[in-house]
Amino acid sequence: MDDYTIEVNHLSKQFGAFTAVDDISFRVRRGEVYGWLGPNGAGKTTTIRMLLGLLRPTSGEARVLGFNPASEAKKMQARVGYMSQLFTLYNDLTAAENIRFYGLAYGLKRRQLRRRHAEIIAMAGLQGRERALTATLSGGWKQRLALGCAIVHEPEVVFLDEPTAGVDPISRRQFWDLIYEMAGRGVTVLVTTHYMDEAELCQRVGFISRGRLLALDTPQRLKETQMSGRVLEINTTHPDRALRVLQEAQENGRFPADEIALYGAQIHAVVPGSDDAAAWKEPIAALLAEAGMVVNSIEWIAPTLEDVFISTVKR
Amino acid sequence: MLRRIWAVLQKELIQTLRDWRTLLIQLSIPMIQLFLFGYAISMNVEHIPTAVSDQSLDAASLAYVQALQASGYFDAVMYVPDQAGVVAAMDASEVQAGIFIPPDFAGKVARGEGQVLLLVDGSDIFTSQSAYNAATAVSQNHATDLLLQKVTRAGMVSDDQTLLPLTTSARILYNPNLDDLWFLIPGMLAMLLQMQTVTLTATAVVREREVGTIEQLLVTPIRPFELMIGKMIPNIIIAFVNLLTIVGLGVYWFGVPFQGDFGLFLWLSLLFVFSGLGLGLLISTISQTQKQTLQLISLITLVGTVLGGFIFPRYTMPRWIYYVGYIFPMTHFIPIARGVISKGVGIEYLWEQVTALAIYVVLILIVAARAFRERLD
Repeated sequence: MDDYTIEVNHLSKQFGAFTAVDDISFRVRRGEVYGWLGPNGAGKTTTIRMLLGLLRPTSGEARVLGFNPASEAKKMQARVGYMSQLFTLYNDLTAAENIRFYGLAYGLKRRQLRRRHAEIIAMAGLQGRERALTATLSGGWKQRLALGCAIVHEPEVVFLDEPTAGVDPISRRQFWDLIYEMAGRGVTVLVTTHYMDEAELCQRVGFISRGRLLALDTPQRLKETQMSGRVLEINTTHPDRALRVLQEAQENGRFPADEIALYGAQIHAVVPGSDDAAAWKEPIAALLAEAGMVVNSIEWIAPTLEDVFISTVKR
Repeated sequence: MLRRIWAVLQKELIQTLRDWRTLLIQLSIPMIQLFLFGYAISMNVEHIPTAVSDQSLDAASLAYVQALQASGYFDAVMYVPDQAGVVAAMDASEVQAGIFIPPDFAGKVARGEGQVLLLVDGSDIFTSQSAYNAATAVSQNHATDLLLQKVTRAGMVSDDQTLLPLTTSARILYNPNLDDLWFLIPGMLAMLLQMQTVTLTATAVVREREVGTIEQLLVTPIRPFELMIGKMIPNIIIAFVNLLTIVGLGVYWFGVPFQGDFGLFLWLSLLFVFSGLGLGLLISTISQTQKQTLQLISLITLVGTVLGGFIFPRYTMPRWIYYVGYIFPMTHFIPIARGVISKGVGIEYLWEQVTALAIYVVLILIVAARAFRERLD
């Protein structure tokens, strides 16, 4: 039987006339890394705050570890960790003092505190810098230390709200290794992001936009089920000009694609599903040749999560 | 619970000590203020620069000017020929008072028709009031003396008879020399304790909100009241260090007597400190940024100082303003501080104010705690 640590049923939150979260339902299994992908203002943070008991839902209900966050917040919070979007360590405390403060706040005993201190310092790679003021640490260190402080009490569920925003790629990678280590120990991780590559790393991904949960599945299944068409990758000599030509053609109906966008030096065109590549390739080649460009290749490719996300949100 | 309060307290203490520059300023404010009040300012205006226009220049007029100068309130710094000269000197800010004595002063005095004109610079209310009161009193005295001389010379009374039908003898209680500092120190204590506890508490909370750490704190098992207590304790310590500085310097340096029970005063001050902490907490829930907080605090401090009776007496205020004054904790504490420090009375005379202050503390802490809890939603 599945062991769900987070269960959300028809959760909504309104601020005046504005609906921040609109009838969201989902469940997360123990030990799962569950990602939320969506633009800023989509309602990710609001939902997390409701799950943490910081905000009262307008309607619907949530259960975290069997507790109702709206009424049993403090009991639940002792077993839940949270790392908010804003950087939430005290800059005028040292790394060790930050760990100690959060440890005491969560009621750790002296021996536990000593053990967790050593573990967090090791996890954050801060050996020898325990006495450095947090303000003097660089981004990756701070962020791993913040995670350490958020999980100082070894919670069973961890909410990470855009934890890697503004951190360099190598630190981001290290951070995700830590997330998987936690999940391996049976910790449930709910993480929000707007990095597509990070979403690919989640076991399941929810697409959230304008307060609604539009789709929820493994990245692979999302790509299979949520794309309304297929993706053509077009390589030409002048990608930016080619984009303009194709977009014009899209508008006047000569090239009925759903979506055309530039990805690096390639153009991705989402076209209504059909296996007949030639039926698309010929007119594209003709259009671009007309504009005086050389087409190097036109091929079907597997959609990226970003293609899927945009396709889903547009629908 | 104690463990969590200890966690907050420890963190606050480290942060307070680490920011030693701010701490140093907080601890030196009372000293600076006390020395300013003690040495730099005086509420009693003396030695007012005065222009004299004496058109008589006889024995009577000279005696009168002499009497004015002898009072210590007037210094004749220039002599001018006429009334216009006095006004010109005042326009030029060379003098703040002027005396004009018309011709034939001695003759007129002898006939009982002597008249003197006092001109006062009304743009400076403190000076003009002092000058007016002093000149009136000196003139009365001088006139009485002249009358007595006349009567005595006429042989109407013998030396052993009392000449005047009525004499006043005034005895000023609690502050016999009407020393400014004796009057100011209790109010100053009230003002400083309030300003600092309000400011420290409000900024400590708003800073957490601005940085975003408040959200992290709210998801820990720390409850809002535990957070508050932990944050309050360092501020209470700072407030009491300042209190001891003021009382210590006041008593041992400036010689202001502490008449009442010091232990009682400390307990009542603690009660007062809690009112400041509650007010600070309330302000922190109203304002979003540290800037707003500081603006709001300076507004409250200004209005509270004026309405609280620190310098201006409260009983002269219009009724409704008088009652508005009760919004500020200083209003309740100043009579207590004056009662204990200056008058040396105990709780038996102060219980009304103490009860009012206690009710105030309970109310403001309830309101602040409620506002604080609802803040995130």
